Amino acid sequence: MKNARFVAMILIVLGLAVGYYSYKDNSKPYKLGLDLNGGTHLIYQADVTKLQPQDVDASMQSLRDAIEKRINVFGVTEPLVQTERSNIDGQKVEKLIVELPGVTDIDKAVALIGATPVLDFRVATTTIIKTATSSTPVISYVRTGLDGSLLSRAMVEFDPTTRQPLVKLQFNDEGKKLFAKITEENVGNIVGIFLDNIAISEPVVNEAIRDGQAVISGSFTNPEAQELVRNLNYGALPVPITLIGSQTIGASLGAGALDKSVNAGIIGFAIVTLFLIVWYRLPGLIASLALLLYVAMNLAIFKLIPVTLTSAGLAGFILSIGMAVDANILIFERMKEELKKGMNLHDAIHEGFNRAWTSIRDGNLSSIITAIILFAFATTALIKGFALVFLIGVLVSMFTALTASRTLLLAIVPKNKETAEKPFIKFLFSNGFHFKK
Amino acid sequence: MNIVRNRKIFYIISGLLIAGSISAVMVWGLNFGIDFKGGSILEVSYSESRPDIIKVQDIISTQNIGEASIRSTGENGFIIRTKTLSEKDRANFVKALGQDVKGFEVKRSDSIGPILGKELQIKAIMSIILVIFAIVLFITFAFRKVSEPVSSFKYGLIAIVALIHDIIIPTGAFAILGHYQGLEIDALFVTALLVVLGFSVHDTIVVFDRVRENLKNDKENQDKKRVPARPFDMVVGDSISQTFTRSINTTLTVILSLIALYYFGPESTHSFALALLIGIAAGTYSSVFLGSPLLVTVQKWQEKRKK
Repeated sequence: MKNARFVAMILIVLGLAVGYYSYKDNSKPYKLGLDLNGGTHLIYQADVTKLQPQDVDASMQSLRDAIEKRINVFGVTEPLVQTERSNIDGQKVEKLIVELPGVTDIDKAVALIGATPVLDFRVATTTIIKTATSSTPVISYVRTGLDGSLLSRAMVEFDPTTRQPLVKLQFNDEGKKLFAKITEENVGNIVGIFLDNIAISEPVVNEAIRDGQAVISGSFTNPEAQELVRNLNYGALPVPITLIGSQTIGASLGAGALDKSVNAGIIGFAIVTLFLIVWYRLPGLIASLALLLYVAMNLAIFKLIPVTLTSAGLAGFILSIGMAVDANILIFERMKEELKKGMNLHDAIHEGFNRAWTSIRDGNLSSIITAIILFAFATTALIKGFALVFLIGVLVSMFTALTASRTLLLAIVPKNKETAEKPFIKFLFSNGFHFKK
Repeated sequence: MNIVRNRKIFYIISGLLIAGSISAVMVWGLNFGIDFKGGSILEVSYSESRPDIIKVQDIISTQNIGEASIRSTGENGFIIRTKTLSEKDRANFVKALGQDVKGFEVKRSDSIGPILGKELQIKAIMSIILVIFAIVLFITFAFRKVSEPVSSFKYGLIAIVALIHDIIIPTGAFAILGHYQGLEIDALFVTALLVVLGFSVHDTIVVFDRVRENLKNDKENQDKKRVPARPFDMVVGDSISQTFTRSINTTLTVILSLIALYYFGPESTHSFALALLIGIAAGTYSSVFLGSPLLVTVQKWQEKRKK
């Protein structure tokens, strides 16, 4: 008994800490989905019909990287770019999914993503700006007309002596001539390589190059060199894409949905606890406390993982508040039965928990199966969000409705067996509205 | 009220509901949302003064975007549905709508191409079948030790009957609501169906579990104290009444939280909450009044056959 009270105290303190974390701690804010925060969701289909099957994965990967780079230029916080393959009527469809939180100008986003990136070579010219006290050299670049369309291919090689990765470029005939001319005129000068107007490499020309081959010997790490080669080889998007679905939610609509969801959650919680206390009395109060712990723990997990919360996810959470108490209801009904059979209060509590366990286990397993299938087959972020919240809810409820409520209940049962048998105490621990005949 | 003895009445109620649902689907069909059939939705608001619906129709007719349905929403908004628009058409359309008016805002824009719709159709059907299949396997496994008088695999089959019942009724209800209220069958509706499946089987399991426990107790009593075993229908009847309050109360708490979601939650989950409310009510009904009495019916059939 003492033990139960001690554990209960620890539980309450922990519960308060978790509650504080979910409510007050702002070090890690909740992650809100596009439908609550406003933003744009774009789905593209990649046309891979011209690729060899074994190249599809690599091409999709470089497509993803290329798009991600463009978005980073856009300055979106936490964008999401991912590829997805779905099987529709036996045909593989390669999709690219882009989420842009906070971006509600869909036209601008689409234009940015659909744009073809430009790879080009520019010659550096140094102008010296003189002021009264000092002269500062300023480097500016001049376009040369040599661009990605004149490159036949790029590859990674290694310096035979230093083992440093190098990037080797091979131009086509036209590029060969132009490159020879540029390098001839610019020995000792910098020829910058630009991707989407950003300098990705600024090598110095050592001598005129006439064979149409160039080596970029920056201080690359191997992955950097690989990335550069990929960018050079896929100056344009590696795979053509077409927009097949888009969704934009304005910020005001999202904020409204969030407020309403929170409101509905609080009201739902209040009604459910009211019902529990009225029907199940003291154990109902305990179940309500356990439910409060359930809410706090769920919210903390949403923050920690973090789970992207959508309106469907919050709906799932509100639904799960109603479902989480099921285990408690099962247990309390069982307790009542055992009490009716004449069992004393202590034994009835233990029996209630033990006997209800198989139902709770089997029932929750079926919910878990459903949640997992739902998650695996979800076509949209909205439904994935729902399935995840639902799954977490079922798991957490097994802890709060079983462990937490048992501990709390045992902690408040009167120690003295005689006191425990007093009608008033029995009334408190019993439930329902059936009067003595 | 003896549920097992009066089981025929409950079968008839279920039968009528199912027949009604199927005819509703046949008469009115299902009103699929754009995530199933593809299309575009645009929700716009005019904070200063909303133009006449006729003016919006005029704009649409100049845009060459085919037919559109316009519905006003709130005090100053419209929801406009069209076929799937290309990005260019969509941008032009929005521009035209926002021309010469102050306080124009695009609140929401959804556009779903036919490929995505097709994908959702396939996945929706597959996930429903998979959930039902997994649940039957699970029940067969969980009740594997129960073989007398009804084998565990039949518990699974009966659960399927109950589950199909629980899917058909909300679908029928949405055929009616789709016709009269414009509610759509969308991805969230399918999600609601899956949740209903999980919930209903949970409910069914609780009653079955009690049957399992009572059968075990009876067997022990029979072995030890030589108390004759009770007839199967009595065991099932007792199990139902022992779990009755629980079934009702659990459904009640879920329904209470769903009502909160329906009345106070965001617009986007209204029909989701409604589908869940209908489905969960049907699910509870099927667990208590359909699934468990069916156990008895199956057992009686077996007896007759033996004779």
